[in-house]
Amino acid sequence: MSAANAASAVPRVWRKPPLIKSAALRWGIGIAVALYLAAAFGTTEVNWGRVWEGLPRGARFFAAFFPPDFTTRSSEIFDGILESIWMTVVATAIGIVLSIPVGLGAAKNIAPAPVYYICRGFLAVSRSFQEIILAIFFVKLFGFGPFAGVVTLAFATIGFYGKLLAEDIEDMDSSQAEAVRATGASWLQWVNFGIQPQVLPRMLGLALYRVDINFRESAVVGIVGAGGIGATLDTAFNRYEFDSAAAILLVIIAIVMLMEYFSGFVRRWVQ
Amino acid sequence: MTVAIRDGLKVWQRRERAAQFAIWAAWLVGVAVLVVSWSFISEKTIWPFVLDAPQQAADLGVRMVPPDWSSIGQLWRPMWDTINMATLGTLMGVALAVPVAYCAARNTTPSAVLRPIAMFIIVASRSINSLIWALMLVTIIGPGVLAGMIAIGLRSIGFCAKLLYEAIEEIDESQVEAVRATGASAAQVTAYGVVPQVMPAFAGISVFRWDINIRESTVLGLVGAGGIGLPLNSAITTLAWTKVSLILLVIIASVVLSEWVSAKVRQAII
Repeated sequence: MSAANAASAVPRVWRKPPLIKSAALRWGIGIAVALYLAAAFGTTEVNWGRVWEGLPRGARFFAAFFPPDFTTRSSEIFDGILESIWMTVVATAIGIVLSIPVGLGAAKNIAPAPVYYICRGFLAVSRSFQEIILAIFFVKLFGFGPFAGVVTLAFATIGFYGKLLAEDIEDMDSSQAEAVRATGASWLQWVNFGIQPQVLPRMLGLALYRVDINFRESAVVGIVGAGGIGATLDTAFNRYEFDSAAAILLVIIAIVMLMEYFSGFVRRWVQ
Repeated sequence: MTVAIRDGLKVWQRRERAAQFAIWAAWLVGVAVLVVSWSFISEKTIWPFVLDAPQQAADLGVRMVPPDWSSIGQLWRPMWDTINMATLGTLMGVALAVPVAYCAARNTTPSAVLRPIAMFIIVASRSINSLIWALMLVTIIGPGVLAGMIAIGLRSIGFCAKLLYEAIEEIDESQVEAVRATGASAAQVTAYGVVPQVMPAFAGISVFRWDINIRESTVLGLVGAGGIGLPLNSAITTLAWTKVSLILLVIIASVVLSEWVSAKVRQAII
């Protein structure tokens, strides 16, 4: 009691505890950040004259949204968007089907070591390249058109989905899988009844998320000639047809919003 | 269909009939959509080019080896620009994402009118790829690092704001109430009740986005927004394949490095 009184008698002001406890580390990070920012801003070359010149153009672009021009280029926009949707569907389906064996192989608790390292290596490589870089190469290999885009998106899907599937399998409850195995199930039955039900709900949600990503990516691979709405968008910008570009952007946003709503609905239905 | 049959009688079935039919119908629709989609893609594909691909790949492989190490000196500057675009873009993105997330979170939004606007900003920013933002900005403010930086920043707003507002909605309300009960003003409630609870999530999200942005900013040069994509584009258009393979190696190295840094930092925070 007396100790508490003595403590409260000392005039002290409460201070918020800092996010990083060690003072040396805190100051070190602060100084490093300041030095980096100075270097970064010091070496960045910006042509302010050109930026200033572009501002009215930017204003014109934003004005183009009110209202956007859906009609002039409506057939191109419609074709491009449809092509993007077809690409998304096919690429997601192929990518997910192919990612299942890779994902099973990349799960440490069920795959033998050599298979594990091969599959992990494949996933690491397929994830380190941007879709656009992949698209450039697949366009070189398969020629212009949506096929190259499908291969690009499917490849990227394998990297994304295979890794998440492998991690999900690694996190599963092994006792359930063991129980199935104890009944004398074959390997395929073991995977189908011991593992699949444990990972399916989450993986279904992720599949819908990947559909969303693939649609958004399908809008850019067209810039390098791999089909979809990207080529139309690129042309619209290069010709300064801002009202058509605004229309395309709004269509993309609307479809993404619709898909988000739809995927929420499916996810509730599954669970 | 999983059933158990004993003496010719069905004794057990995995699902009810209605559920079984619903699943069957979902598969039917899915496969039909897939087949239709594939027919459209196939129609627009020039198959001889596709069948030719193995030779093309072998040819390209031969021409890309060995990487042209002598030109690595020209790559430091674009690489530095790439890292700057990613880092400064991320800073801009998270700075703008904070108010958007604050307005979008159900428990902190100042008014019901602001919430849908914030949600629209999040969706709009997320649904447009940074390459499209860059394309747009290059035509507006001209080619260069600044366009790339702003493109990265605009694309990051949606991602960071979405994760951040979800983190804000998950905070422990009792702590906020405790601060409010001391007679704190609205600003103080935010600063002492909300901010400390979301700070770790905020730092994690920023670092995570930075890592993604390094990867994205490597390609912005393809549309003229500066960084390592510019030499990549010129090497590809001039068919200098040994240079292309070197640039790809540099990109892989930077992506792996940034992923490692971000994983370490996130481990330290959590």
